[in-house]
Amino acid sequence: MKITRRGFIQTAGAATAVGMVGVPFIAKGAGKKVVVVGGGTGGATAAKYIRLADPSLDVTLIEPNKEYYTCYLSNEVLSGDRSLASIRFGYDGLRKHGVKVVHEMATGIDANARKVMTSGGRSFSYDRCVVAPGIDFRWDTIEGYDANVAKKIPHAWKAGNQTRTLRSQLISMRDGGTVVIASPPNPFRCPPGPYERASQIAMYLQREKPKSKVIILDAKPKFSKQGLFKAAWTKLYGFGTDNAIIEWRGQQEEAGVVEVDANTRTVTTAFGDEIKADVLNVIPAQKAGKIAHAAGLTNDKGWCPIDLGTFESKMHAGIHVIGDASIATGMPKSGYSANSQAKVCAAAVVAMLNGQEPGSPSYINTCYSIAGKDYAFSVAAVYRLAEDRSKITAVSAGLTPGDASPEQLAREVQYAYSWYENITSDIFK
Amino acid sequence: MAYKTLTKAIMIAGLALGVSAAASAADKKLMMGASTSMLANNCQGCHGTDGASVGPASPTIAGLSKDYFIEVMEGFASGDVKATIMDRIAKGYNKKEIEQLADHYAGLPFVKAVQTFDPSQVKKGAKLHDKYCEKCHAEGGNSAEDDAGVLAGQWTQWVKWSMDDFQAGHREAPKKMNKKVKKMLSKEGSAGIDALLNYYASQQK
Repeated sequence: MKITRRGFIQTAGAATAVGMVGVPFIAKGAGKKVVVVGGGTGGATAAKYIRLADPSLDVTLIEPNKEYYTCYLSNEVLSGDRSLASIRFGYDGLRKHGVKVVHEMATGIDANARKVMTSGGRSFSYDRCVVAPGIDFRWDTIEGYDANVAKKIPHAWKAGNQTRTLRSQLISMRDGGTVVIASPPNPFRCPPGPYERASQIAMYLQREKPKSKVIILDAKPKFSKQGLFKAAWTKLYGFGTDNAIIEWRGQQEEAGVVEVDANTRTVTTAFGDEIKADVLNVIPAQKAGKIAHAAGLTNDKGWCPIDLGTFESKMHAGIHVIGDASIATGMPKSGYSANSQAKVCAAAVVAMLNGQEPGSPSYINTCYSIAGKDYAFSVAAVYRLAEDRSKITAVSAGLTPGDASPEQLAREVQYAYSWYENITSDIFK
Repeated sequence: MAYKTLTKAIMIAGLALGVSAAASAADKKLMMGASTSMLANNCQGCHGTDGASVGPASPTIAGLSKDYFIEVMEGFASGDVKATIMDRIAKGYNKKEIEQLADHYAGLPFVKAVQTFDPSQVKKGAKLHDKYCEKCHAEGGNSAEDDAGVLAGQWTQWVKWSMDDFQAGHREAPKKMNKKVKKMLSKEGSAGIDALLNYYASQQK
């Protein structure tokens, strides 16, 4: 067959053969224990899918909060198009799958003794542990901004109270006010997120406070889906004109925020410009969530090195790290990535606990951005693992085309909602 | 009832298109041979756990005919079936993998959507269905065995968009379907489509 998809199809036969040469099936993992740390998108998916694949496994999920708010679609809460309650999920669905849910904070992991310690003073032993801690912030990167200041000047990069605070500040803002979004340097959770957020806020301002505007101060020279966002902003929000509701300043202008004066809501850029905001949203630089550092799972850059096929930590055997905290080379830090990685990891964990070789992985990501009314676009990719395990490699990938019709952009909004409804029930129900 | 007009020459050639978007795929040898459940996991973020979509627009993919599933996936990859993102996603699977997925989802139950509809349209829709659609979409649009799409209980938004695409020429319909739809539209207008959509949406059990 001459028509091949290059390496893709050529290797299919060989790899299948390799996959079958595993360690033979020995026994079910009956009674073996898995502890999942973190009940966000990655952790909750992993807990559920481990139980689905092998109900004989004892799965405990450790998560301090009784409710989880998804970051994805939280930008619609900021515009008022969606209620905060609509992005809130509890853990009863996981309990129905036989997952034991413990609402305590994991404070440490002893990789040698194979146990997880919690804020309640308890310890949970495991045969395999899955850590899905999400992100933490590098508070030391912006002068004058820390966890305490963030209560007043929200990052809203973890949804819930932070989202509520930012929304209420937008509601109280005078018409003619300026919203400033400080966008973080790479790598960070949800690369298109700050720009979708600017779009959703602009839509709200256009409707309710048309003399106002949003300024994005960016530490980066370019950003995710840039062409699509700029086209949307031009079409919907006068981008590039004197009446623009959205303005973007990037690294070219040294626009990254280096200092925040919380009292006056004034930011200073790397160049030295001072900009006073009426509503200020500071999204700081990021690193893996706290427990990953406490458990020694991070590298010198603050993220977690892993085997890309099983998500097992390269720092500690027996512990897997998934989602935003992991270095999943080739995949973006997105909700769908975390969900997909969790399933790959779950399959590997179940195989390993049953004395089998983990199978060949397949991964997916789709990420929608809703830029305005009846106007959304997406990036989508399907991935396989490189044979040398060096990269999660896209075998098909692409953005919504730049010349997409208004009809297509409108459909993508409904497909974005469909993705949301389906993935949240895939995770939590 | 065959539904084969899409297959034509696209079977292999179509699938070979468009990998250029992911140039990196050419650089390295990839680990293939993923299990069916591993592959199917990728579909479920948008199409629901076990392929039963909770809506409002992504279609349920469980309980479809295997042939239909394959033809549509190949149509996405070749561009013959209009898509928003499925063109980008379908290219990520080779022929064997698409078959694995088609087999898998054909074996799972089609779970009917619980959605709103206009009860006053249902009777008319049922009549139109019998006259124009039943021959290929048998048993009131419930059967998968005719290798046509399952319509009863499918998400209305998706069925509507599919009909729009057939009429606009963005998706090639089988000759017989073209004939029947034209005839129906000339007699009933777009109100006929509305009645049909309500009839399919009314079937929730």
